[in-house]
Amino acid sequence: MSRETGHDTHGQLAARAALSGWRRVDADRVRSLGILLPFIALFITLSVTSSAFLTKVNLLDILEQQSGTLIVAAAGTLVLVAGGLDLSVGAVYSLATVTSGHFAQSTPAWVAIVLGIGVGSLVGLANGLVVTVLRINALITTLAMSFVVGGIAALATGGNIITLFNKPGFGALTQTEFIGVKTSIWVMLIPVLGLALLLSRAKAGRYIYAVGGNARAARLAGVRVDATRTMTFVLSGTAAGLAGVIDTSRVLSASASTQDTNTLAFTVLAGIVVGGTSILGGDGAVWRTIVGILFIALIGNGYILLGLNVLYQQITLGVLLIVAVSLDVWTRRRRE
Amino acid sequence: MVSEPGVAAERAAHVELVRVSKRFGRARALDGVSLSVAHGSIHALVGENGAGKSTLGKIVAGEYIADEGELLLNGTPVSLHSPRAALEYGIATIAQEPSIVPHLSVAENVLLGAEPSGGGFVRRRALARSYDALAESVGFDLPGSLLAGRLRIAEQQQVEILRALSRDAQLIIMDEPSAALTGPDSAKLHRVIRQLADGGKTVLLISHFLREVLDLAAKVTVLRDGRLIATSDTSGATEASLVEAMLGRPLTAAFPRKQPPRADAPVVLSVRSLTAPGVVDASLDVRAGEVVGLAGLVGAGRTELARAIFGTSRATAGEAVHEGRRLGHSPRRSLRAGVAMIPESRTDEGLIMMRSVLENVSLARLGSLCRAGLVRRGAEREAAGRVLARCDVRGGGRAAAVRTLSGGNQQKVLFARTLLCEPSVVLADEPTRGVDVGAKRAIYDLLAALAGEGLGVLLISSELEEIIGLSHRVLVMRGGRIVAELTGDELTERAILTAAFADTQHVETVA
Repeated sequence: MSRETGHDTHGQLAARAALSGWRRVDADRVRSLGILLPFIALFITLSVTSSAFLTKVNLLDILEQQSGTLIVAAAGTLVLVAGGLDLSVGAVYSLATVTSGHFAQSTPAWVAIVLGIGVGSLVGLANGLVVTVLRINALITTLAMSFVVGGIAALATGGNIITLFNKPGFGALTQTEFIGVKTSIWVMLIPVLGLALLLSRAKAGRYIYAVGGNARAARLAGVRVDATRTMTFVLSGTAAGLAGVIDTSRVLSASASTQDTNTLAFTVLAGIVVGGTSILGGDGAVWRTIVGILFIALIGNGYILLGLNVLYQQITLGVLLIVAVSLDVWTRRRRE
Repeated sequence: MVSEPGVAAERAAHVELVRVSKRFGRARALDGVSLSVAHGSIHALVGENGAGKSTLGKIVAGEYIADEGELLLNGTPVSLHSPRAALEYGIATIAQEPSIVPHLSVAENVLLGAEPSGGGFVRRRALARSYDALAESVGFDLPGSLLAGRLRIAEQQQVEILRALSRDAQLIIMDEPSAALTGPDSAKLHRVIRQLADGGKTVLLISHFLREVLDLAAKVTVLRDGRLIATSDTSGATEASLVEAMLGRPLTAAFPRKQPPRADAPVVLSVRSLTAPGVVDASLDVRAGEVVGLAGLVGAGRTELARAIFGTSRATAGEAVHEGRRLGHSPRRSLRAGVAMIPESRTDEGLIMMRSVLENVSLARLGSLCRAGLVRRGAEREAAGRVLARCDVRGGGRAAAVRTLSGGNQQKVLFARTLLCEPSVVLADEPTRGVDVGAKRAIYDLLAALAGEGLGVLLISSELEEIIGLSHRVLVMRGGRIVAELTGDELTERAILTAAFADTQHVETVA
């Protein structure tokens, strides 16, 4: 009998698809513009109201400050599109900071860089395997992993700050200027563009959408669902590792700060969601996330330039998140 | 054997449907059905898959609202907007798969949401007392203290029935209650159903099992294509007469001409003693150019067999072999070996609804359309365009999300994906479900053309005319086993139904 019910449901679906085909297109367009319009509006508003905003120095400053976050968020987009979630990025970032800082003291810069990034990849791989092999919910897995990894980072430093002011070689990774722009920005652009290309043009990207959109269908179409999911976690961990290395190189000091551990994961998630990538998987894009993260950064920058209390930024961010998620749910309902 | 028509006729009928119709999109599920169910009787509804039995049951249960027609309870017109509203009128449904809370006791499950309580706490002793009284009133011997999760399905159904009775249900709708049960358990259920009727409750029984219907019900209503064919006393009916009544609809779509496979056509799919979840010791061969139909009732193991061959579920014994290679490891390896499957549900297992037609078509063959890990979009468009044209997909563009297409075109997208894989065996599970007549014909033509090109096709369908119209040979499944093979002149709807409907217990004792 379940068959018969299925029959009915398909009939209904088909009928509704035929009826409301064009209203859905509208919902999609709203969604696409959803992040771009507010971003442009905010950009123009800030340019008009604050003379300090539209300057090369300020804009490059924003980009540089956000370089780590942008990388992590770009990779996090892949995790979300594949139907997962990675809350461990803050802790991984922290561990990579400590690892690269520690090794930068005694080994060549490149060794410290590779080890910092590699630690991130390993944690990402562990996340992926726990989620796919043990079939444990991604939220729980990565939350637990963030406690473990954050703890290891704090233990390793014993609460001390590692300073690297005598290691300019390590600082060169991010502090060199190239065509008038600091290398921290260049080092951010390469992986971010790579991840955008991966998601939008590569086979792996198609698999990510398929797995997040309908895992059972993807499996029947011959997609290695578990491998694809694991790959997104590895990319996310690697990105968090790279972000940690970049920021260590930028400030030439490292500490296992619980502050980073806690905020990075949520800032990244906020940026992805505000950008319009669905928390339910199967839909989203790296460019949206970039705009989302920069939008949040502009709000912060604007509030500082306009001399507003920073706490308003938090309130604004919270409201934005609810609006973004509502929009996602609304467009999904429109489609169904 | 249960109701006394003389007594029931004096009162108004318990439930009466007057020219009730229901549509789902273009599909007409019920068309002007009138029906009257007497108080305290067991009234059965039978018909093929898709005949409208469940829809009718759901209208009475308040799950669906009829588009046209009237529903009368005890002679008074009512409108039921929800199962909850129906329950207020004393109507409850017992689903095939009972919904119980496994970690609560039987008594707690029965009185869930209506527990005797005081000060926010459940009064356990009062709960046990009310349960015992209730169970005794209908003669069930099910201890209230047992953990519900430990019960057999038949006993869980008893829990559901008791739950309904505790809400003072007078009319109980049972939708295929014995489909998930084994022999002794269905005997138990039959006793329960009789007890209910003896206790003055009315039972609307939807069932595939004609033997069961004839044993239990006083009256039986046959539906076909959403229309009422006949309501008659079971005393004058036989299994044969019911099958007769369920058959005989006019062909709604013509079929392409069957080309017999070449005499020397090799076997492309060979299944030997395959045992898997829902499948028992199944063996079959499919030759190149042959369409083999797999018929049977819902739950007979057809889909499960296809899934075990394709590698979606794991076989516990036996094997499926294609060109000397063992199948059944994973869908990925089956696809590589040249075996493709069109799954039963295109929305759940077939398509990525949010993504474009193009991406859905190329998904299974992306590997060959890539250079350095990047999709060669020109090559992808060209390859997908070729198969899409062959499958005659209409509506939207290739960039349109698959969900915007009609059911028929979505199904054709799945066929396009399959074609792109260039398989030598296709397992097609209900390929025309929820598809309009035009698309149906297109899919029939495709299947016939594929066979004509030398592919082996294993076709699962609940529509008998489709199975007969397309297959060179039909295997009938029942209870997870292949119980009959029909070819040539034996290939009739009647023969298939007889094999599919034959009393399960009886056959098992014979075998």
